Parts: sequence; structure tokens; C-alpha cells
Amino acid sequence: MASLIRSWIPLLILQSFLVAIAFGSKEAEEFSEALLLKPLPDRKVLAHFHFENRAPPSNSHGRHHHLFPKAISQLVQKFRVKEMELSFTQGRWNHEHWGGFDPLSSMNAKPVGVELWAVFDVPQSQVDTSWKNLTHALSGLFCASINFLESSTSYAAPTWGFGTNSDKLRYGSLPREAVCTENLTPWLKLLPCRDKDGISALMNRPSVYRGFYHSQRLHLSTVESGQEGLGSGIVLEQTLTVVLQPETTSVETNMQPSWSLSSLFGRKVVGSCVLAKSSNVYLQLEGRLGHESKNVDTEIEAHKLWKNADFDLSLKPDRVLRESSSLLFIFDIDKSSDSEPFDLGLTWKLPSKWSCQQAPLQATRFLMGSGNERGAIAILLKATESQEKLPGRVVTDGRCTIKANIFQIFPWYVKVYYHTLQIFVDQQQKTDCEVLKKINVSPSTDKVSSGMLEMMLELPCEVKSAAISIEYDKGFLHIDEYPPDANQGFDIPSALISFPSHHASLDFQEELSKSPLLSSFKEKSLVRSYTEVLLVPLTTPDFSMPYNVITITCTIFALYFGSLLNVLRRRIGEEERFLKSQGKKTFGLKQLLSRLTAKIRGRPIEPPSSDSPAAQSSFLSSKLIFKIILVAGAAAAWQYFSTDN
Amino acid sequence: MASEKRDKEEEEVKTDDGSPKIKPRPIVQLGIFLVAHSPVFSVVFSAAGVLALLILPLLAKNTYISENALMPGSARSMLSNRDVSDGSKLVKDIKNYWLNHEGQVQKLIGKYMSDMGAEVYYQKFHPEGNQFHPLHFFSGPDSYTLLDNVSCASYGVNVAGIIRAPRGDGKESIVLVTPYDFINGGDYEALSLGITSTLFSLLARVTWLSKDIIWLVTDSRYGDYRPVAAWLTEYHSPSFKVSDLLKCGELNTADTFRRAGTVAAALVLKVDGRSERFEDTLSIYAEASNGQMPNLDLINVVNYLAVHRQGFYVKVEKVVSLLSSSWLKIIGEIFEAVGKLARTLNPDWNFGIPAADYLEGSATLASSLYSQALGIPTGPHGAFRDYQVDAITLKISPRFPPDSKTRQHDFFLRGARLLEGTIRSVNNLLEKFHQSFFLYLLTSPSKFISVGVYMIAFALLVAPLPMVAASLYIEGCKALTKSTDNPTENLKSWKWLDAAKQVFALHLLGFIVTLLPYFICQVPGQHSPRNRSIMWGTTSSSLLLITFAIIPGCSPFSSRHHGTNWAVLKSVTISAAFIGLCLMSIINFATAEIGALLLVPTCLMAQPIKPALRSRRIKSLLGAFCSMVLLTIGFPVMFFAISKGLFGEAVVGLSLGGEFWTWLESLWAWKSATYLYIGMVHLPCWLLCLCILFHPS
Repeated sequence: MASLIRSWIPLLILQSFLVAIAFGSKEAEEFSEALLLKPLPDRKVLAHFHFENRAPPSNSHGRHHHLFPKAISQLVQKFRVKEMELSFTQGRWNHEHWGGFDPLSSMNAKPVGVELWAVFDVPQSQVDTSWKNLTHALSGLFCASINFLESSTSYAAPTWGFGTNSDKLRYGSLPREAVCTENLTPWLKLLPCRDKDGISALMNRPSVYRGFYHSQRLHLSTVESGQEGLGSGIVLEQTLTVVLQPETTSVETNMQPSWSLSSLFGRKVVGSCVLAKSSNVYLQLEGRLGHESKNVDTEIEAHKLWKNADFDLSLKPDRVLRESSSLLFIFDIDKSSDSEPFDLGLTWKLPSKWSCQQAPLQATRFLMGSGNERGAIAILLKATESQEKLPGRVVTDGRCTIKANIFQIFPWYVKVYYHTLQIFVDQQQKTDCEVLKKINVSPSTDKVSSGMLEMMLELPCEVKSAAISIEYDKGFLHIDEYPPDANQGFDIPSALISFPSHHASLDFQEELSKSPLLSSFKEKSLVRSYTEVLLVPLTTPDFSMPYNVITITCTIFALYFGSLLNVLRRRIGEEERFLKSQGKKTFGLKQLLSRLTAKIRGRPIEPPSSDSPAAQSSFLSSKLIFKIILVAGAAAAWQYFSTDN
Repeated sequence: MASEKRDKEEEEVKTDDGSPKIKPRPIVQLGIFLVAHSPVFSVVFSAAGVLALLILPLLAKNTYISENALMPGSARSMLSNRDVSDGSKLVKDIKNYWLNHEGQVQKLIGKYMSDMGAEVYYQKFHPEGNQFHPLHFFSGPDSYTLLDNVSCASYGVNVAGIIRAPRGDGKESIVLVTPYDFINGGDYEALSLGITSTLFSLLARVTWLSKDIIWLVTDSRYGDYRPVAAWLTEYHSPSFKVSDLLKCGELNTADTFRRAGTVAAALVLKVDGRSERFEDTLSIYAEASNGQMPNLDLINVVNYLAVHRQGFYVKVEKVVSLLSSSWLKIIGEIFEAVGKLARTLNPDWNFGIPAADYLEGSATLASSLYSQALGIPTGPHGAFRDYQVDAITLKISPRFPPDSKTRQHDFFLRGARLLEGTIRSVNNLLEKFHQSFFLYLLTSPSKFISVGVYMIAFALLVAPLPMVAASLYIEGCKALTKSTDNPTENLKSWKWLDAAKQVFALHLLGFIVTLLPYFICQVPGQHSPRNRSIMWGTTSSSLLLITFAIIPGCSPFSSRHHGTNWAVLKSVTISAAFIGLCLMSIINFATAEIGALLLVPTCLMAQPIKPALRSRRIKSLLGAFCSMVLLTIGFPVMFFAISKGLFGEAVVGLSLGGEFWTWLESLWAWKSATYLYIGMVHLPCWLLCLCILFHPS
């Protein structure tokens, strides 16, 4: 027995030692999942999946992780990524109806296609190399053509216009990238439960991709521990935002559609992911409910909040939080099980209308001009209704102003004339110094780098509309830069309009909540909106031209060499003699006849043709021509009558 | 052009010319041969050119969908009765609106659009027409001059609704246009709104859209074209400056003008009048300014869906008077007989078509050629072509009266299905329309002649010009050498200089005459078109007299010693005509074709009338008579009157001048290159031929 114990002791010691190594640091790796549902004013429902995975700063982990995806941590270590965001988006965010002044829209309204930006923690000279390697690694990881961002013509290094001030920032976007399930699957693989369990089990591919907007985002940032010898921690935030149209049978158009999780996604939640620290479902109701009674202490009042005359929730919320203009119902899905799946439903009883808070200025961008030569890009900023109510006005020198940053990348084939920049405020043309506070231009170099424009506008608060136009010339691509097939045109990536003095945040004043989703809402985020992608039709050369050139040159060569050989070969005196002797010969009438009939009948000539000079010489004599015509006429007549019978 | 001609000449020599003589340089010899026999060849080539034109309906090929991605008719229509009832309701509401209220139908339509889920806005525009400005003739479509003093008295309001493609990226859009007169809209016009709103109601909820859809209801009080052009101008080149127009009227148009990316294609829908046939009739109009055509695939898709899916009777415009012409019928019968004969000889030769088909085909071809040559768009779709957008106008004539409720449902369903199919096809396109033809003539909705075929006729017509010019030049040089004994004047290479001066002077005159209408328009006071044409005529003829007076060599009435040799003059004239026609064929082929038909015989036949009268020989008298007749026909006003007569509207007397002025005014207002052609190629050449006719030799 004693020996047995003695033999166990080292094992126990070893085990405790290992445990000490594993949980040596104060924090362990954490994973949490959340789903935010939000009815939108235009009868759609927004579903925002939020997964956060934290790897605390530690040295002891080495290359081992419990929950954190290894691929990402390797990526961070290898390329020394300080912060990175990758988004795949399909569809356009409707700023008018879906909001533009809340953390959700400012973080998740992304431009169409792929957008990638990253800040590196490497010396300035190595940033570009790291970026190129990173694009290739991500390209492999997410099954997308992110590697196209490797080329220096497709990315830019914004200084201050992007919102993050860093000289080690690189930004690139691929507007043409088609986003589909092959991008979602690798993204799901990064989750500890994948889509097998927990909230992510809701992601039924057909219903996710049937939506009006679909944006999958991956944001990672490293957290410096501050301690010597300790590595940096990583926070990986994965979100998927979809806007879905609940199927409705009601004919009434002003009634909001009722929905449930199973009707939206075709699936139900049957339990949380066991590895998640917290897994919650939130339901946010915006607008009209904010003005109701403030104290929700009594049970009846609380009950009224989720079962009232307006709407009905199918489940009782665990908690109810409120912000100035919205209500947040929190559901814990831990209790759900196979027998009792979590299927939240919302039934509207009365028609209700509300509007989302919008960004101070709404931006649209379009191309001007027509034809293949010149054009102009115009950005139109229009004041929204909610502009006056918004905080964030800056009063300088007694003038109230709104600041707006415009960040725009121009591909090199769009040769922008920066001197043609015109700014109109309220349909009055303004000189640059009046409204332009800061501008940073880096012109493009043909086939080497793309152009970039960063502008900070300072517009008066009472502005109704502002327009910025800038002219460009269309460049010529090299033949191998054209897509292999006929194309619709080339894209100019979205411009980013951000409002540096406006920050969106939702503070539910809940100290208890450690929910990563809510805390990310609480953080002040820059209000930003992306404009449309533009399509520039470039002059497409005649690609059949090389073929034509080859044909023509070959013909010319043939003619040249043919005549040259002819000249070299021919002996004129001899030929003349030959011709004369040929001319005396009577032409074979039979042969001619057979040739003619063969020609008419469309069959190949049976006997080999005679020498052409001979034929030509005999053709010319008028007698013969007459004969031929006579014979041909006879043959034709014979043919005509013979077939008639 | 030149190389092609040379090829032809080469062919010629291989079959005809093969003399056993020693040929040091075949091409030179060929040239000499052609020039030496230029009268024969010019007759042969011109006749062949006219014959090739007549034979074109025989050579027409059946259209086919060239772009595979279009896949017309492969998807099942998703249109339901609910959509149709939406359309019917709109039509009913509009009718009620007329009974109860006054004006502002726009708001009603706008409300319908926004109820369907579209983004709606109203656009105000000025109905002012295009002002002729000589410097802006060929400049882009954005050269509409904004009037400074805007009056609120008359302005139009367009309504537009945009459906955003649910998952699309918003880079491209398809435009649907329905012109509607908001003040006194007819019942038929309302039907077009019904069809489109039926379709719009469907498109608002489908998930397959990849391009945004814009429905534009234009204010057709100010014509069909102008509102569309105004909307397109605002879409593509807006002015950010302040506009007084926004303050006018009660309609709140302060809301933004919305856009939806590059326009990929546009369809204009009109419902017009009652069909004369048993089926509903669909007419397709495609000609845009200066003979530009939309991609043939667009017409093919519409034609395919209309004929094979929805059972419309599809037609394109034709010259009706040609259908009853006996000479064309005879030609058709001859071609039919020849075709039959050829078929018996070789079953593979089946180019013959029945005479009736030929008649129909040539009437359509003539109309196609005429509308292209005129250079005036045949509908609102022309405005889109200025922005490189493929567009056509569909005019549907239902077979029932507009108030028949029972038929209306079926009509809406079929019309909307046709548009749905077309939009779905265009929506499928990942690239621009590029696969099919842009240069073609239609002989029926399903038959076309491509550029490679119809060019032959023109090439044959103009081929004799350089030959005759060369032969005349040689002839003239010989005559000059004989007449002048002074060796110093015998610098052989400069003989054409005098003639060229004259030709240049008359072309300059033509240029000035072309610009004159602009200045006449600037003359203060109201003038009738007739007076203006008289003003123009007198100024032009006085200018002509001044030219003759100033440049002594120019005048046909000057003494013999000053005048140039007529042969050299004719040679230079023909060269100028050749260059002018070739240039025009690049800009607008149909104009060049019709112009060549007129100008080539006139130029070739022109010869001094005096020696012919003196000689009193039948042949020369006949020649003089022919040239006089051709010159009379060739005078633009005369030709205008004749063609008017052909189309069945006889105009005589002084009113002809007014008509002609109005016609020319429309030509320049539409920026038609035909106007420039008439002024700068046809008129000078005609004057030169006149000079040759009265040459004192």
C-alpha cells in the first residue's frame, strides 16, 4: 500500500505541476457567445451573432491553447499583427432604415465584398512585407481571393482618415469578391463549438444567405500585458450580422411581421455551447418604448414590458435593461434543452412605427459624365432629420461645425485630377480653405500604387447638403490586366465617411453585466458609413485586333514572298514562248464543261485544274468567252429541264 | 475602304484581265486599265451598287440570341394575380383621380411606388428644347444650357422609384420608362402605367434581382424625349449650383435625386391606340441619334419573348407606301424566280424568298435605313444612347378598348411577363451588352443585315468615283496642255490647283450656309418658318453670287480664259464627294448610303450643257438631259419634296420652304450629322455639279 502511495506521489506532483502551468496566470481563456435580435422599421429583422474568444497574456501557454483557435494565434505571432479586421459582406446596409448612429451599424455596416485592414507591430520597413504575407495566409484560411490585396496597387496606408492613427496601418478592399458559404465554414471552424452547438447552431446556410444583408466579420486585437517576459493576449471577436425578412402571411402592410427564431432560421437553439462562459440572446426594441415608465421594479410592470398591448414575447426574459431610447431583453439559453428548445418569438399586435437614429450626414457617391474619356466622382452629403438632435457638435470660433472625414482609395486606372476638387455647401461653391480643414493626398503611380485621398471637412451645423466632386481620366490597362472575359467595368472601392466628433455608444448602465457584447456596445465607437461601390467602364480594346494583325501581316508576307519568288523564278522570254504555244492548242471543251457543271453543282472539281496562265490566256479571247457562255447556258437549261422531269 | 476596293479590283483582273502581254507592274497596269475603261466600270459598279441594295432583303439573316447568359424565357414567370390586381388598382385610381381631383397624379403614382417598397423622388425639369449652337454640335449630351431666368410658369415633374436589389451591390441598374401625360393622360397611356406597376409590384419582392430597378414615369406633356433627357442629364451630370426650379410648385421635391449605379439597359413602354390586327401588337423602335442602334441582343430577347412566350404580334416600322409599289413587286417576283431557278440547279442555293416577303422586307429596310439616315431618335430611348446605354421603345397596341375590364387583366399579365422576362435576362448579364451586333439594319423583327453585308452596296457605289476622277484628271491635263502653248504654265502637277480653289471656295460657302440658320434664329422678332427659309435662301444665294464675283475662276458665267478646265474641275469635285461620302459613312452609314445614291450619279453624269446643245447629237443631248434631271432631284429642297411625296404627303409652293426649314431645324436640334452632311458635302458638290453643267467650254 505504502509502495503504491509512494509510486503515486510523483505522478500527483507532476499533475499538480502541470495544472499549475496550465492555469498559472490569473485569467484563463474565455469564450462567450451572444445573439442580438432587433426588429427593423422596414419590417425586417436584424440578427447579430457575436462570439468573443480571449486568450490572456501569458508566457506559459507556449504554443498551446484550450479554446483559442491555433490558426489565429499563429497568425498573430508570425506576422506580429497588433490589430486586424477582416469582413466579408454581401448586400448593402440601408442607413436610412437600419440606422447609422449606433454601435451596431458603425461597426458592422461594411462595404460590399472583402475589406481588410491591419496594424502591425513591426519596424516600418517590414510593414508591407508583413501585409503581403498576411493576405496570403488569410486567403488560404478563408477560401477567398484576399491575396489580390497583396499587389501594391490595391492597398493603401491611410494616415488619419481611417480613424485609427497609425503609420503601420494598411487597408485594402475587394469589392468584387463574392461571399458565400465557403467563407463562412472556415470562419465557423474558429469557434470552439463550431456550428454544432450553442447559438451558432442557428446558422442554417440557406436562411443566412437568403437575407438582405450579410456581413461576417473577424476582428482581433492584441492586449499588451505590460509585464516583462509575458507575451501579449489576443482578443478575437467574430460577428455575423444578417438582416432577414420574416415570412408573413398578413396582408396588412403597416403591421410589423411576427417572427420566431425557428421561422427566421429554420432551427432552434437546443442548449448553449458548453465551452462558452456565457451564452445569451438579446432582443433590442428601439424607439417608441423609451418614454414609458421608468421604474420596472414591480413584477407587474416588468411583465407588462414583455407582454403588453403592442407585442408579445413567447418567453419570459431573464432581465430587462433600458437605455434612453431602447429596451433590451436578455435571455439566458442555458436552461434550454433538447426537450425544451429555446425558440424566442415576437408577435406584434398593433401596428407600430419607429425610426432609427441616423448619422448626421448621409453619404451617397456616384459617377458623373459619360463616354470613355473623362468623368467625375461626386460624393453627396445630405443632412438627415436626426442631425439636429445629435451630440458631437464642435463649436469653434463661435461657429458650430460638424466634422466629416472622407477616406477614399482610387485604383491607378482612375487618374484623378486633384486640382479639380470642388466643394459645394448648400449649393454654393466654397473655396477649399473655407470648409477643408485637412487634406492628405497621395497620388497614384501607374501600375505601381493606388491613389488615396483623405479629407477632413468642417461643415456648418445647419448644413443641408454638401457635394464634393473630383474629375478623373480613365487610364489604359495593359492587355493582360483585363479580365479574361468581357467585363462590365472596373470597381472603385467604397469611400469611408466618418464623423470624428460623433461617437456612438449604447450604455445600458448595467454594472453586473460582463457580457462582451454589451461592453462592446458601451465603448464609444466612431460613427462611420461606407458609400456605394462604383463601376467605371473602361475602354476595352478590340481584342480580336492581334488576330487581325496576324492575318494581315501573313497576307502581306505571302504576297511579298510570292511575288518575290515569282520574279526570281520567272524567265519572261521563255514564258512568252510557252504561252504562244499554249494559245495555239484548242481548249478541251469537255474538260471545261465538266468543270462548269461541277461548279454549279457545288462539288469539287474532279480533274486537277490546268495551269492557270493557260486558262487565263484562253479565257480572254472573246470567241472563247462566247463559247463558254453558250455552253454554260445550254448546260443550265439542260439541268433545269432534267430536274423538272 | 480603299483596300477593299483594291481587293475587288484585283479580283477583277484575275478573271477578266489576263492578256498574255508582258506586265511589268500588275497593279499599275490594273490601275491604268480601270482608269482607261472608267465609263464602263462606273456604270457597272453603280448598277451593281444599286442592285446590291435591292438584293439586301434576300441576304437578311435570322436573328439569334448571341449572348448565352441572357437565357430568355428559361425561368418561369413569377407574376401572380396579386401583382396584376395592384396594376389594375392603380389604373382605376388614376381614372377616379381624373373624375374627382385636379392635377398631381404624380403623388398618387409616387405613393403606389413607395407602398411597394421603392424609394421615390420627384424631379422637376425645364421643358425647353435643345437650342442650336454651332459650337456645341458634337459635344456631349451635358451641354444643355441652363437658362438663367427660370420661370415657374412651365415645368415638368418626373416621378421615379427605385427598387434596390436585395443582395446586389448597387453597381448597375435597369431603367423602365413610362411616359405619361399628367394633365390630360389618355386611357391607353394609363394602361402602360398598369403594366409597369404590375411588374414593379413583383420586382419589389423577388430575390433574384442583381441590378437595381428604376421606374421612371416621365411627364409627357413636354414630349416623350425631353423629360427622359432631362432626367438622364440630372442622373449623369447634375449641377451642384443652386437651382431656382426647386422653389417652384407645391410638390415637395426637396428630397434628393437618387441614383442606382451605371445604367445597364433601359426599356421604354408605351401603350398606344388599338391594334388593327387580331392579336395585340408590339412595335419595337430602336434607332437612336445619328443612326446608332442598341445591341441586337436586346431586340432579340424582346422579340423572342413576345413571339414565343406571350403571343404578341411583333413589328418594326416600315414604309407603308412601298408595300403597294408595283415596281418593287416586280423586282421581288424576279428575285423569286431567280431564287427558284438557282434552287433547282443546286439545292444548297436557297436564297430566294417569296415576293411578298421581299416586299415586306424592303419596306422595313427602307424605313430602317431612313430613320438611321435621318439621325433623329425614333423615341425616348434615343436619350439613353447618348450615355452608351442600350435602350429600346416598346409600343403595345391592345386589341381591346381601354375600358374593357376583363381583357385588361390578361393584357397586364402578358405585358408584365414580357417585361419581367426581358429584365430577368438583362439582370443575368455579368457584363455589358457586347456579344451581338451594334451595326445592322432590320428587315423584320427577326431578320437583320449585318454591317459586313450592307457595306458592299455602298462600296460598290463609291468605287467608280476615284477611277473617274483619275481618268478625268488625265483627260483634263491633256486638254490643258493642248490649249496652252506657254511652257511655263505647263507645270503639270499644279493643274488641279485652280479647280481645287473653286471646290474649296464652294465648300467654305457650304459651311457658312450650314451655320446661317443659327444667325437667322438670332434675328429678333417672331418669324414663321416660311419667312425664315426665305431669309435663308436669299442670304445663301447672295453669298453664292458674292463668291462668284470675288473669285473669278469660280463662276460658271466668267469668260472662258479665266475658267478652269471642266474635266479637272469635275475630277476634283468627284474626289471631294468621295472623301465626303467616305467620312460620312463612318459617322452615319445610312446617310452616306442614301447620299451616295443621290450624289454619285449626279457627279458622274455632270457635264457641260453647251457643247451638248451645240453638237445636237442624240447621245450627248440625252446625257445633258439626264444630268439636268439628276441635278434637279439632287437639290436638297427638291429631294425633300419628292421624298415627302413618296411618303404620301404632297407639299407644293412656298409652304415647301417652311416645311423644309422645320425639317432642317429638327435635324440640327437633334444634333443629326445628316444636317452637316447636307450643308457641307451634298450642297457644295451639288453646286459644283451645277457649275460644271453651265460651264462655258
